[in-house]
Amino acid sequence: MLAVNELLQQVANGLAKGSVYALIAVGYTMVYGVLELINFAHGEVFMLGAYFGYWPARWLGYMPDSGEKPQVPAPVALLLTFGAMAACALIGVLVERLAYRPLRNAGRLSALITAIGISVLMQNLALVVFHADSKDFPRMIDQQSVVLGPVELPNTKLLIIGVTALMMAGLFWMVRYTRTGAAMRACSHSMKTASLMGVNVNRIISLTFAIGSAMAAVAGVLISLDQPRLTPLMGLMPGLKAFVAAVLGGIGSIPGAVAGGILLGVVESVVGGVAGTTYSEAVAFVLLILILLVRPSGLFGKSGREKV
Amino acid sequence: MALLEIEHVDVFYGAVQALRSVSLRVEQGEVVSLVGSNGAGKTTTLNAICGLVRPRAGDVRFDGQSIARVPTHELVRRGLVMAPEGRGIFPNLTVAENLDLGAYSRRDHGAVKTDLDRVLALFPRLNERMRQKGGTLSGGEQQMLAIGRALMSRPKLLLLDEPSLGLAPLLVKVIFDTIDAINREGVTVLLVEQNANAALKHSKRAYVLESGSIALEGDASQLRDDPAVKAAYLGE
Repeated sequence: MLAVNELLQQVANGLAKGSVYALIAVGYTMVYGVLELINFAHGEVFMLGAYFGYWPARWLGYMPDSGEKPQVPAPVALLLTFGAMAACALIGVLVERLAYRPLRNAGRLSALITAIGISVLMQNLALVVFHADSKDFPRMIDQQSVVLGPVELPNTKLLIIGVTALMMAGLFWMVRYTRTGAAMRACSHSMKTASLMGVNVNRIISLTFAIGSAMAAVAGVLISLDQPRLTPLMGLMPGLKAFVAAVLGGIGSIPGAVAGGILLGVVESVVGGVAGTTYSEAVAFVLLILILLVRPSGLFGKSGREKV
Repeated sequence: MALLEIEHVDVFYGAVQALRSVSLRVEQGEVVSLVGSNGAGKTTTLNAICGLVRPRAGDVRFDGQSIARVPTHELVRRGLVMAPEGRGIFPNLTVAENLDLGAYSRRDHGAVKTDLDRVLALFPRLNERMRQKGGTLSGGEQQMLAIGRALMSRPKLLLLDEPSLGLAPLLVKVIFDTIDAINREGVTVLLVEQNANAALKHSKRAYVLESGSIALEGDASQLRDDPAVKAAYLGE
């Protein structure tokens, strides 16, 4: 049996893991909210975020661990993150423009299959461009342990949790209190009616992809603090799990995606602690099956269809 | 020059022709109504004007310019606004947010505030509901919100699709009186109604649509006395 302290420790670890899921999951849920499309290429955007942080760091001469410039100073790390966010936002917007927009009226199945196709395409392009061998992200902070009451966390995990909280607060504020946020919520109800308000629906959709992709880029850079190993297929499992997290929370709901991500991370960590990491990989999918059986609309989802 | 001119517009849904060579015009300052039975093509006509469906043939001109290819959101900026059928309230947004979205394309924030006060003076009921979600309003309040929201964009031409649908008689009167008031303030109105009686009473001219084409047109007062109109639409 686990001691209480050990359980708390796993919960704390799970918060960091879940933060990364949550950052990716908001991209799924926002796009679904507006287009009712599961953008399966979103996990690959997360992978690209990691590489878009990695390559500029290498160009600037920072090397993983051994080497003359081992550690990326904080201001540079911040700039790298912004760069990765901008690059991923552009990729997200381009994918929507080139792949999804021409299919906007073609039915949801065509768009879904296209999304899977884009995902495979991006994985393989990444294999060609970045090569199959793994890369190690240069260290961005000096790893130290921080003791917080009964739990002890590396400062990298604390940073992941802190940055995620900050990003989520910003996103909530934008969606809740700005006119653009209101336009996004309006589009998620009805694009037709939103256009009658003077809302340029295509621009809102582009913005939705840009924001979701930038959040995934942050996740890609953040996870490199904790697990610095980059591979072209690194987006696959986190992408799938973030999708599960979005469904858990109720797809279309931003708070739901955050809650689903955190929940999934915590449950995975706790199960990993109790039963070993072999089982923790399966947890996401067990949770998915359970939630689909008990509450198909998810934790924060609206049950049934909206009345018109 | 008319504010709005539609010339020989054909609209198809797949293989089905919904509008056949529909022509109509709305002069600056008028209230014009478009009446007809269910499925005659009234809503399609409005949708073709504001770009939600595209005519296969014919032209739509607003303020002297062809708008047959102009996107809907751009038309709002130019002053052509529709309060859609079924009101189109965003149920997940508050009344205040719904109204603010009406002014989405405007950047003159001071004037927007003045317009908000005017709308709330027109519909005092909305003032008490500003923090409520749009979906919690009654049907009449939703219709007031839909019209108020459309006014927030400072329209030159307001398209109203079935504003009286599903409302109690007392509220129908309130809505039509409001349309008169809006028109007196200088907004031109094109009104689609199944309630032909009220629509003809409150408009200057009218068109009667039958199975996708214009069957009759003229002064509203004359149409009200027309025996065919009386029999078919006024229930007399």
